Amino acid sequence: MDASLYSLSLFPLGWQHYLLGGLCIGAGVALLFVCTGLVGGMSSVFSSTWSYLLRAPYFQQARYTDTRGWRLVYAAGLIAGALVWWLGFSDGTPLHTEVPVWALVVGGFFVGYGARLGNGCTSGHGICGLGSLQWPSLLAVLTFMATAFITANLVAFWGLA
Amino acid sequence: MSKPFSMTPATALAVLASGALFGFGLSLSTMVQPEVVLSFLRFQDWGLMLVMGGAVVVTLVAYTLAPRLLGRPLLGGYFHQHMSAWNRDTLLGAALFGVGWGLCGVCPGPAIAGLGTGNTDLLWALGGIAAGALAQGLRAGRG
Repeated sequence: MDASLYSLSLFPLGWQHYLLGGLCIGAGVALLFVCTGLVGGMSSVFSSTWSYLLRAPYFQQARYTDTRGWRLVYAAGLIAGALVWWLGFSDGTPLHTEVPVWALVVGGFFVGYGARLGNGCTSGHGICGLGSLQWPSLLAVLTFMATAFITANLVAFWGLA
Repeated sequence: MSKPFSMTPATALAVLASGALFGFGLSLSTMVQPEVVLSFLRFQDWGLMLVMGGAVVVTLVAYTLAPRLLGRPLLGGYFHQHMSAWNRDTLLGAALFGVGWGLCGVCPGPAIAGLGTGNTDLLWALGGIAAGALAQGLRAGRG
């Protein structure tokens, strides 16, 4: 294919693995709901796990202490599923990232603080919230997509990371 | 009111298997690679829309049909609902989340799942997210 055409593609790396992976993610959330009735967003595990260590009233709320067990098992499953992909479906080289450490740490901090303040992340608002047709989740998704587009492009423009 | 969920060997296995499907999907779709997420945010590859679209459609079908076809979840309990409200915290939280996501290309799911692909660099992001969740909880507790 003509190189200039190729670079104009919406999916320069192909599209099948994106769709198939997305269907798998949805199947995981669906299986959790059908078997247990639970709604499986990911960011709550970061607050609920702190409840094991901290006596502060915020972390001792029932919404964290009653869910911290299954949320940790869910997180363990996440690692196990990725391990199956790594060992069985990739060339076995450990993945790594060129994103600088400061960006991972600072970006991670904002991700953790923001997801917990806003009560959801890409999976909580993006998948579970949109999947249950909650309009506040749609507004949350549009908000974080907008600030993420702006940040990622400014960072690239300024050559920061 | 009864506890929202009781852990038995069967429910624990179901939760683990669900998480595993989720983690496999995140890896297969390369969402565990921050570079791919950042290339979406920089309009170079629209794959993330397919990932999210595929996941939302399957979830929508399950969330809509399961409560109608089944009286209760297969392993007991009841069907929970994702409750979100639109207020100042949701707006500010989502905006801050996006700034962090745009900076590092890592969100909570991939930060955890990525460890299963041998990507130890992601421990930095995982630590950052845990610290952010801690700071939010401590601040909320004081407010």
